[in-house]
Amino acid sequence: MSNMPAELKFTKSHEWVNDNGDGTYTVGITDHAQEALGDLVFVELPEVGAKLAAEDGCAVVESVKAASDIYAPIAGEVTAVNDALDGAPETINSDPYGDGWIFKLSAGSGAADGLLDADAYQAVVDDEG
Amino acid sequence: MGSRTPLYDQHVALGGKMVPFGGWDMPLHYGSQLEEHHVVRRDAGMFDVSHMQPVDVTGQAAKPFLQYLLANDVNKLAEPGKALYSCMLNEHGGVVDDLICYYLAPGRYRPVVNAATADKDLAWMQDRAAGFDVTIRRRDDLAMIAVQGPNARTKAEPLLPEAVRRPAMSLRPFHAAEGDDWLVGRTGYTGEDGFEIILPVAEAESLWRGLLEAAVVPCGLGARDTLRLEAGMNLYGQDMDDATDPLSAGLGWTIAWQPLERNFMGRRALQAKREAPDLPRFVGLLLTGRGVLRPHQRVLLDDEPVGETTSGGFSPTLERSIALARVSPDAARADELSVDIRGKAVPARIVRPPFVRNGQAKIET
Repeated sequence: MSNMPAELKFTKSHEWVNDNGDGTYTVGITDHAQEALGDLVFVELPEVGAKLAAEDGCAVVESVKAASDIYAPIAGEVTAVNDALDGAPETINSDPYGDGWIFKLSAGSGAADGLLDADAYQAVVDDEG
Repeated sequence: MGSRTPLYDQHVALGGKMVPFGGWDMPLHYGSQLEEHHVVRRDAGMFDVSHMQPVDVTGQAAKPFLQYLLANDVNKLAEPGKALYSCMLNEHGGVVDDLICYYLAPGRYRPVVNAATADKDLAWMQDRAAGFDVTIRRRDDLAMIAVQGPNARTKAEPLLPEAVRRPAMSLRPFHAAEGDDWLVGRTGYTGEDGFEIILPVAEAESLWRGLLEAAVVPCGLGARDTLRLEAGMNLYGQDMDDATDPLSAGLGWTIAWQPLERNFMGRRALQAKREAPDLPRFVGLLLTGRGVLRPHQRVLLDDEPVGETTSGGFSPTLERSIALARVSPDAARADELSVDIRGKAVPARIVRPPFVRNGQAKIET
């Protein structure tokens, strides 16, 4: 069973977002997503300073199986990327909601409010069978 | 729902992630494909390959029939117990399938063909058999387990039936021992030492459980694919198919041109292709830039497309990305190429497969 922390927001495309409360938002992929992808072997990070619209393809994770796009869950400017993933992409497998974060965005307060909560995301995962 | 091998329940009980493959429900991995890959390079892993199809070709004309059917020459199999890798070609020189053919006894051979192509292959073989005194029999009563890795043979030894144990342990590579309806071949698809064991369906589960107890790690299709790619071995349907000739797939070494009078299926078409100046080259690629190579990416030379990758992925042993690719003769001579990965030209170098054999890197990274 996948783990879905209640404090996070989620997207149908399997990203999670944490509102850090300081105008920044941390983004990663869900436990369900990492499990479906299998062992990750490469991450292409966005550039710091990139201005993203919601649903822009902005990063790529590649597993032993396939490449998968990461989409910006909300509009904003990239303020930080997790360079540690460069030599250790498997961190996303082992700690998807912690050390496996991918990038941070700056955006206005409440920017993530319209995204899915854990229950709604659980329903999306259940629908996929 | 796909077909299930006799070991299906075992896979599910071991937490195998089951996926459709060639009409079968097979385990992709049991948790970590990377760990399964490494265990085969370093110790011993096992694969349920019961989806593959053994076919018994028997009769007075079994040998001349196979000499006609296969591009490699079973006449090379001087004594029973030898095995041969070959392509089976159509009249245009395209590859109907690739297979390993075991020579069991005079007038008795056992080709083992791919799962997804088994029905096509059987029909093809039956059609070609007209006029030959042979019987072609699909052996659905047999299962197949591959045990691979530096410690694979030692771990498997106590589990082999008495009748086949001693001869199996003294096999040279590409030889097989038969006894009690088991066929133990020192063959594989990983670039490591090991056995491929063909045995009665009723005994498959007990061998599998015995291997588990001997700490042989179950491995899925995912690791099987990265292991064979590192070993520079082709995958049917990806690196070659009905429309691809073996010369363009790096399999020229498997064609027995001599003796000239052996008129095997596809020979005439292949002869013409062999002399064509623009015959594509099949090469290995090592990605020197960042990213992961995948099948069907365009290969570029000075920004011009010159071919495509046929297999590609991440090499867990080399910790780099590698591929097999079909490119123009000019491109095959270039020092530096690039590969179009999602619209970006990423630099790559041509290398000569295998990439890895017996746990060791065979190319410079």
